[in-house]
Amino acid sequence: MEYVRAFLAGGLVCVIAQLLIDRGRWTPAGVASLLVVLGVILGFGGVYDRWVASVGAGAMLPLSGLGYVFAKGVMVGPPPSGLVATGGAVFRFAGALLAFMVAGSFAAALICKPKG
Amino acid sequence: MGLRTDYLREVKAFQPSPPYAANAGKAFLVGGALCALAQWLANWYGGTFATSALEAHLWASIVMAGLAIGLTAVGKYDDISQFAGAGATMLLTGLANALASAAIEHRSEGWMAGVGGQMLKAGGAAIIYGVIAAYVLGLFWP
Amino acid sequence: MKRVGKQTWLFDEGVYIQAAAAAVGPLEADGPLGKYFDICYRDLYCGEKTWELAERRLMREAVGRCLQKAGVSAEEVDLFLAGDLLNQQATSNYVARELPIPFLCLFGACSTSMQTLAAAAALVAGGLADRALTATSSHNATAERQFRYPTELGVQKPKTATFTVTGAGAALIGRTPGRWRIRAATIGKVIDAGLTNPLDMGAAMAPAAADTIEQHFRDLGASPSDYDLIVTGDLSRVGSVIVRELLAEAGYDVSEMYNDCGLMIYRPDQKVFAGGSGCACSAVVTYGYLLHELARGAFRRLFVVATGALLSQTMVQQKQSIPAIAHGVVIEAAGQEPDGPRSGGM
Repeated sequence: MEYVRAFLAGGLVCVIAQLLIDRGRWTPAGVASLLVVLGVILGFGGVYDRWVASVGAGAMLPLSGLGYVFAKGVMVGPPPSGLVATGGAVFRFAGALLAFMVAGSFAAALICKPKG
Repeated sequence: MGLRTDYLREVKAFQPSPPYAANAGKAFLVGGALCALAQWLANWYGGTFATSALEAHLWASIVMAGLAIGLTAVGKYDDISQFAGAGATMLLTGLANALASAAIEHRSEGWMAGVGGQMLKAGGAAIIYGVIAAYVLGLFWP
Repeated sequence: MKRVGKQTWLFDEGVYIQAAAAAVGPLEADGPLGKYFDICYRDLYCGEKTWELAERRLMREAVGRCLQKAGVSAEEVDLFLAGDLLNQQATSNYVARELPIPFLCLFGACSTSMQTLAAAAALVAGGLADRALTATSSHNATAERQFRYPTELGVQKPKTATFTVTGAGAALIGRTPGRWRIRAATIGKVIDAGLTNPLDMGAAMAPAAADTIEQHFRDLGASPSDYDLIVTGDLSRVGSVIVRELLAEAGYDVSEMYNDCGLMIYRPDQKVFAGGSGCACSAVVTYGYLLHELARGAFRRLFVVATGALLSQTMVQQKQSIPAIAHGVVIEAAGQEPDGPRSGGM
């Protein structure tokens, strides 16, 4: 059942993004940024926590999930105060994803040429 | 009425519009399937060594991103995206593809100006606005 | 040589294409015109390390094969005119670096093939050169990474998008009578219809093509039936319908003899969206296939109108519209009576 929920929720987000691109004439980069920022806002609002609890990866894998993970870093544990603690907290969990993607992309560039 | 009277308006009749329903359907199916796959991974990690649901999901996301980077390296992810549209580009895997494709593309300009300097050119905006939003809101939270 | 009407040059004194050659990449070699191209690469890298070097090799090979077919050494050529799509015309300049020929670099985006051919014909007809060499090239991957995105980035392209042709064409122009005679050229004006979508260049370029074709008819007092084929460069499925409609509105019915190089170069089942585009599109179709058909006698006179979207990445990002241009050249099978019954105003 949780697979069905993940499927439906993830698919729904993709459909909305697709319609924004096709009908709303948004650029893909614009939609991607919108999803991430929405994830951040809904994450701080606490809504995204419940969304993740209910649909799992259907909330985590869309780009809004990246925004949620940014927010989650700040929200876990005692609230950080000040520029230093907050800046670090933003990357508490998101850092795992970003570091892996950057390093993985570098590794791919080490061994591969573009195929065209 | 003709093209010569108001080109910008009349030309629309000649420009095929995107197949809205088919594009949306494909985005739903592929996007949903990738999320279900990630859920399966998250369940597996949750049942083995992840200490929290969040950690299990992060593991699943990393594996999915790795998969996308691999498919980019062999030149297949762009074909998946052409078919699935937002179903492939608006997931974390799409962001991984954006970073990896730029890195691979610009290795011909070297490791500094090319791979290092250009890696974020396609996927950078989403990361940058995410960081800004989280940092600014985080300063005022709770 | 004289100017007729406002924008058309008429070459009375006999300017000929002495030889021409086309080099292409794998998808074009696999297309319906594959057997007409002189050099076909099975690999998009053409045996080179980077996409840019691959494009340079295509142009170098096309130039070399053209000179070889003409039996002329590079030292015997008085002028080299070339252009391409890369920033600062990198391919042309670097190919010219290897040639001992005075060089003029021309930019007309995808109209460069006919722009260089028209300019070369004028310079030869005017006696400023005995032999002039023209070349142009484009490469799918160099164009993608410069004008659009990294080649492996997942982007869902719309049906209106075009697919940049990988290839290069070269032609040698001279006064020695040969198989193909350049009869006239019409130099186009820059026309901006106000479109801003770089993924729909056919619609952006169609008004420029229609303008040049109409002007050509007006200048020469000619009509569409004076030509066996009127072919545009890279308007593709979208733009070719629009240009036909624009010409019909002006009272010219070209439906009998109109085609587009971007539609001819690929099979309908090849995944190229609306069709081919790029400098090489009109160049390889003209220098490879159309000249062959002229020599064979399938056509007697054709009007090649190469269309160029004068696209700048920076200008598009600043929400500026896309200017376009089209230049046309009339090529005849030599040996025909120039004042035959079907020659119209010529």
